[in-house]
Amino acid sequence: MATTPNNSAAAQKESQQGFVYLPLIAGWLVPGGGHFLLRKWGRGALLAASIVGIFVLGIAMQGKLYSSVHDVLDILGLAGDLGNGLLFIVGRVLGLGADQVQVTTADYGTRFIVVAGLLNAIAAVDAHNLRTGRKS
Amino acid sequence: MLRPSHFAAVVLFALFASTVFGITQRETPMRMIRYGIYCFALFVGSAIALSWLMFFIAR
Repeated sequence: MATTPNNSAAAQKESQQGFVYLPLIAGWLVPGGGHFLLRKWGRGALLAASIVGIFVLGIAMQGKLYSSVHDVLDILGLAGDLGNGLLFIVGRVLGLGADQVQVTTADYGTRFIVVAGLLNAIAAVDAHNLRTGRKS
Repeated sequence: MLRPSHFAAVVLFALFASTVFGITQRETPMRMIRYGIYCFALFVGSAIALSWLMFFIAR
């Protein structure tokens, strides 16, 4: 059935009500959280499993969680890590990950953690797009 | 400490990244699955192709 202009306008107006950035912030803090807020349970669960999975694998490989910045590459690594939201904060508080990368698998682990943060940022933006009606 | 082989690390990385790409870059479930499989094949296939390329360059 075709959507009438009135229905479309009403749906758009309804989608704009409330704080539109809440799914974005929730999705950043908790992987899949933005999708859960929007009742996209399946998508949220798969995103959470993927992002938490890749983060945990990175930690298990003794990857490094960036804490201080010494050069430009460290800034990029820290920016990627910050994308993990609460996972990064909890990891830092619990002292997870290695301070120094000494074996090859730890280097893979460091990249896994950075990529988990970047994927979480993509997922959070996707939740925002769902919230604003840019995506269905 | 987890010590996967390089190939196992590539496959795990590709699996998780493809899942996120599929869900976030497409709108319908069928297109999400197809795009996820496409990304997974590209990740793993390009890693294998580049590995062989580097093998022959190093000889």
